[in-house]
Amino acid sequence: MELLEFKHVCKNFNGKMILKDINLKIPRGKIIGLLGKNGTGKSTLIKLINDALTPSSGEVLINGKKVGIESKKIIAYLPERTYLDKSLTVKESIKFFQEFYENFDAQKAQNLLSDLGLDINQTLAKMSKGMQEKVGLVLVMSRDADLYILDEPLGGVDPATRDYILDTILSNFKDGASIIISTHLISDIERILDEVIFIDEGKIILTSDADTLRVKENCSIDEIFRRKFKC
Amino acid sequence: MKQDFSNETPIYLQIVEKIKILIISGQILPGDRLPSVRDLALDMKVNPNTMQKALVELENLRLIYTERTNGKYATQNKKLIDKLKQEQSAKLTTYYIENMSKLGYSLKEIIEQIKKKGEKK
Repeated sequence: MELLEFKHVCKNFNGKMILKDINLKIPRGKIIGLLGKNGTGKSTLIKLINDALTPSSGEVLINGKKVGIESKKIIAYLPERTYLDKSLTVKESIKFFQEFYENFDAQKAQNLLSDLGLDINQTLAKMSKGMQEKVGLVLVMSRDADLYILDEPLGGVDPATRDYILDTILSNFKDGASIIISTHLISDIERILDEVIFIDEGKIILTSDADTLRVKENCSIDEIFRRKFKC
Repeated sequence: MKQDFSNETPIYLQIVEKIKILIISGQILPGDRLPSVRDLALDMKVNPNTMQKALVELENLRLIYTERTNGKYATQNKKLIDKLKQEQSAKLTTYYIENMSKLGYSLKEIIEQIKKKGEKK
């Protein structure tokens, strides 16, 4: 049984079709890049997996069952915009996660955050954007989940922070779990991807093993993406 | 380990090359036990699946072998190591000569250049 499956999923907003007949299977133990330009349906697709939106038609299945309360327990989701309360301190945010998620490892989060050298009594509001993103990622990656979904985890952070984020993703990627990373910053992330999904205008236009695609096209995923989506 | 992978070619093949050089240059000795897939992946900052693929390829090339339950080891086949070392050396030399020829140097001049450089060292 697939970890995640989309069966003929469509999503409309006010009569406008955002996702068109999406069929997709995500296996276990892979890091998958969900790649597309801005506004092509990446975040909508991710919200459907997290049951934050419901499909207009079709089904989204996790371990063969429709998404819902049960699937939320095994999915760790880092949204594009944080849902953390910025008036909370880091310490309070850890506590919040601990109360909210059974599979949250507070000790692990604390260790990862102390590596960052930040003051856990500081409120999120007082931190830089990059630091806030790191805290968000650490909290999500400290959950013992089957599927991690990271929506634009690299948006608006400096190259050193990008490296930290990629390292944190890799070093917390446990056996059998999968990670879906949505991004348009492909060159930064492609070296850690097993598979890529290209999405454009609400349709999946390509799914492939990353290395197979590189060999076939004899260039980087970033270059292939640029060619396919030339404006 | 420094992470200087190019995005143009499969990363597992680049890892194969890196480990091959470590073995033929003696930085990994014959019979040395390799770290676990996970540790190697973390060290090189790559996806463990990519590292696994690289190790399978290295095993196909007989550069490493698996000892049941004990992990992976660098080959003890010195003939193979010598052969690969010679191949690598021939490849680098050809590359150098070709590029020098493109600049218009004759083989004699190239040899002179190498000698000069060697003496300076």
